[in-house]
Amino acid sequence: MKPATWPVDHPEEGRLLAVEPRARRYADARLTDLPTLLRAGDLLVVNDAATLPASLPGRTEAGERIELRLVARELDDTWTAVLFGVGDWRRRTEDRPPPPALPVGACLTVGGLRARVVEVLPPSPRLLRVAFSESGAALWSSLYLGGRPVQYAHLQAPLSLWHVQTGYGGRPWAVEPPSAGLPLTWSLLLALRRQGVRLASLTHAAGLSSTGDAALDAALPRPERSDIPASTVEVVNATRAVGGRVVAVGTTVVRALEGRAEMNGGRLVPGEALTDLLLGPGFVPRVVDGLLTGLHEPGSSHFALLQAFAPVSLLKEVAAHAEARGYLGHEFGDSCLLLDA
Amino acid sequence: MRLVGRSVLVTGASRGLGRALMAGFARAGARVVGVARHAREMEAAVEPLRAEGLPVHALAYDVGEKEDVYPLVGAATSLVGPLDVLVHNASTVGPTPMPLLLDLACEDLQRSLEVNVVGPFRLSKAVVGNMVVRGQGGLVLHITSDAAVSAYPRWGAYSLGKGALDHLARLWAAELEGTGVRFLSVDPGEMDTRMYRDAVPGADYAALARPDAVAARILRWLEDGADALPSGARVEAAKLEVA
Repeated sequence: MKPATWPVDHPEEGRLLAVEPRARRYADARLTDLPTLLRAGDLLVVNDAATLPASLPGRTEAGERIELRLVARELDDTWTAVLFGVGDWRRRTEDRPPPPALPVGACLTVGGLRARVVEVLPPSPRLLRVAFSESGAALWSSLYLGGRPVQYAHLQAPLSLWHVQTGYGGRPWAVEPPSAGLPLTWSLLLALRRQGVRLASLTHAAGLSSTGDAALDAALPRPERSDIPASTVEVVNATRAVGGRVVAVGTTVVRALEGRAEMNGGRLVPGEALTDLLLGPGFVPRVVDGLLTGLHEPGSSHFALLQAFAPVSLLKEVAAHAEARGYLGHEFGDSCLLLDA
Repeated sequence: MRLVGRSVLVTGASRGLGRALMAGFARAGARVVGVARHAREMEAAVEPLRAEGLPVHALAYDVGEKEDVYPLVGAATSLVGPLDVLVHNASTVGPTPMPLLLDLACEDLQRSLEVNVVGPFRLSKAVVGNMVVRGQGGLVLHITSDAAVSAYPRWGAYSLGKGALDHLARLWAAELEGTGVRFLSVDPGEMDTRMYRDAVPGADYAALARPDAVAARILRWLEDGADALPSGARVEAAKLEVA
């Protein structure tokens, strides 16, 4: 499948492949058809994490050029991060030269900030926990000043921060955009609301999707933090109680909701917690009925996640159809809805 | 609305009414971020509040700059959590001495509109979607002026922006009716501020209202009276009936 190489001006006009997993049916549609695919009583849950400019170019103490990509802020205010060698997003991550090994205690300057390696994490010397010398307003201002949006080689130009925000972002917990929500305009969201589809949010700290290092990629996603508001727990429960469908916008929402349910015996509990839940073949969702997501190719990590919602044979058929019809993949590409009628 | 525990962002918070509102929100128990263009002035404005033990943060951004919007919102929400209240107080009076329209440089008008209208629009655009999706309500307060409704000669650059800002609040209110997110405009009246001194040199400043007193009035109104008004309403601080 071809990747979308740049954000479009009117993403809500983008294509939507509507899949009914149980009926094994799928149809070409548009995002603007969402109001006909959802009905009163359904619930759309979005990840309202804004996207941090998490790519920090910098140097080691020895002067070697590196790039640090933040993965997540930890509870002790250190950051998990992946180290890349010289270069930037223009080169495929697989082709980037390896970075120098940085032991615990090593210092680096990234994005104008001083950072110290406090831990080297398995399974790769590139996976670090770092502590920044600044905190509070000084830290956040520096991150925004020195950081760039994380992006990959399929894109045609450097992104601005405006390109990687959804229409409803709040706290900048995501290091890559929760991209399923990028094409959702407020015109569409308010139209859904008017017809009785409810809207709720949670904040999930979406980490890096890819590093170009097979061992490291196999360890992704790392445990991620979610904040689920009490009001969202209430509306999810109320929706399910009356037979409405809970539709997640993006796999990060699935991970947040199902992860929370998993650790509480099937019950959603509000508040902040980490989840290490891995979605994939054989996982049976307990909370989420359907998923609005991008189009993912067989073999990609996201494709495996979709198998929680549809059999792999159907997903392969859908992917072939998308390929033949010229659907575009990746974060600025077309959309796919996996939802039983 | 109760202000205790709310997350608040005040623009133009390094001096005048913005600074007084920032202090007032903080003393009312809110978690507050103040933003202004100059880091040192902004820092100096929060220092005495921090000394009181209040949770106040200072950020240096220019609301007239498009690329400052997400850094500002990202840093602010990281510091105090998702925003409940956004106060559009920052504004520029435009070039001084204040020119007649016939003498006003096109670029000066543009810059003025960037700060006084486009800036608040962009900042709301980056904040309000989150207020709506969280479903817990939210308030966007536009600080306006009687120059928005009266045509004072030489106040053109400022006046046009304030007129548009008033209408912007009404438009937001109309589009987001029923979402629980509210938009209000308040005209603080003439105050003894740096902006007023720049605009009207040599006036009798002692006769003007103090920003602290006006801010206190606005905050009491927010706590006690503002909820009764429809979203999109415009009020004058001097006429507010507050306890």
